[in-house]
Amino acid sequence: MTRPALHLEGVHKSFGALEVLRGIDLEVAEHEVVCLIGSSGSGKSTLLRCINLLEPIDAGRIVVEGDEITARGVDVNRIRRRIGIVFQAFNLFPHMSVLANVTLAPRKVLGLSRDEAEARATELLERFGLADKRLAYPDRLSGGQQQRVAIVRALAMQPDLILLDEVTSALDPELVAEVLNVIRELAAGGMTMIIATHEMGFARDIANRVCFLDAGQILEEGPPAEMFSAPREERTRQFLQRVIDAGRL
Amino acid sequence: MGFGGPIDRGELIGLAGRGGPRRSRRRVPPGEAVRSTVTALVSTVVVFGLIVVVVTSAPNWPEVQKAFFDGAIFARSLPKLIDAFGTNVALFLIAEAFILGLGLVIAIFRGLPGPVFFPVRLLATVYVDLFRAVPGILIIYLLGFGIPGLGIAGVPNDVFFWGVVALVLVYSAYVSEVYRAGIESVHWSQEAAARSLGLNRLQALRYVIVPQAVRRVIPPLLNDFIGLQKDTVLVSVIGLVEIFREGQILKSATFNFTPLLAIALIFVVITIPLARLTDWLVARDRGSQLGGAR
Repeated sequence: MTRPALHLEGVHKSFGALEVLRGIDLEVAEHEVVCLIGSSGSGKSTLLRCINLLEPIDAGRIVVEGDEITARGVDVNRIRRRIGIVFQAFNLFPHMSVLANVTLAPRKVLGLSRDEAEARATELLERFGLADKRLAYPDRLSGGQQQRVAIVRALAMQPDLILLDEVTSALDPELVAEVLNVIRELAAGGMTMIIATHEMGFARDIANRVCFLDAGQILEEGPPAEMFSAPREERTRQFLQRVIDAGRL
Repeated sequence: MGFGGPIDRGELIGLAGRGGPRRSRRRVPPGEAVRSTVTALVSTVVVFGLIVVVVTSAPNWPEVQKAFFDGAIFARSLPKLIDAFGTNVALFLIAEAFILGLGLVIAIFRGLPGPVFFPVRLLATVYVDLFRAVPGILIIYLLGFGIPGLGIAGVPNDVFFWGVVALVLVYSAYVSEVYRAGIESVHWSQEAAARSLGLNRLQALRYVIVPQAVRRVIPPLLNDFIGLQKDTVLVSVIGLVEIFREGQILKSATFNFTPLLAIALIFVVITIPLARLTDWLVARDRGSQLGGAR
């Protein structure tokens, strides 16, 4: 077995008195797609933000490709280059064109020239059907287009790992598919991904492994076929039943 | 995401005046529009006419008219005053350039996180508190007379120089608060997005936060700029011959206050276009909330 792309060990995180993550252990292999499911407030988003070091953890270790990124004195900016994250609310920079959004970090962080960065960005935008939007500003794009730009922006840094935080939750239903298709293409291309999602059908299709988060712990994990048809834990069953009742599976 | 509907903003905040309730401004019928205009015109004429009547029928109006509204003196002083106004223009243009820079630096200093930057935050806070508290005219006095008075070799004793320094110090304190409000109005998710791409804190500020913040605070910045224009006359207290000092010289020479009225007129003429520009920018911002990344 090769070195895991990501290794989490006993990760704890509290906001004040509220313990959001209560000892998360997780291993993700290279090219693996892991979906995090669970009700709102179960800690999915916080877990992703901790992996990206947007939130400092209180206890535990996070190891990326053999490097412990939660060790003291680690340059967090170097780590973040290797881990892309895409947010539920897109968070594009509203004062910049699509092209400027995508080229900013490659130019300022990786030191690419404008030409190199624009060539890389244009290639990615073409690949995801956004070439004609390169000079548009975010407020002129649909939600689905904005989210695809956000994914391209993360990809332009050529990360080892991409974290997707409920990237379709803020979209109108008819715009969800275009974003999910982009993610499917990334998975087919071998991108290592951790996906927090409420799209259970999508999780069943795309995931190599599904983790059910409950009250800050991974209560149950397994291949999607098992998780969705024969969950072992009562809490998982209850959660999935609610999802089915809502017509989302 | 704003309100896209055809709701008149006046109605939203209870100012349903023109056109009546439940009616958008665009759909006011022409007859009604004419009627509104005529009403506004008539009421304006009546109000101002009343003021003129009250003032000109005052017992001492003839004396006041002579002392403040002398056409000949006005015509004679205007060129000299406009000439002297060049000094005020130089004062506020040079000062504003430094204020916009220093104000931003102080705003950023006040927002630096973590215990390491505590002294910087403290200094910036004390600076802002101090220079907002002390009246500007005192700062001008203290710097203009105090520092040259020390007699340190190489320190300029030029009143124009110290006038600019005093205005920069006072206004940077105000402007830094405007910038700070702008920076804090940019949603934290913007910084999260920038940092998640590997930009460090300074890069996130420079490329993502500050450009959005500055766009939002242009109207209040212009407001402070108008204040600065007027406050350049305060530098007259340390002996700089600018428009107000020139006006006082003319006043003493003619035993007449008309030059001061001419000064007021000059300030009105340059300030009003800027005030309208500010209004226009505010209205435009409200129309299309470009910084609407919540």
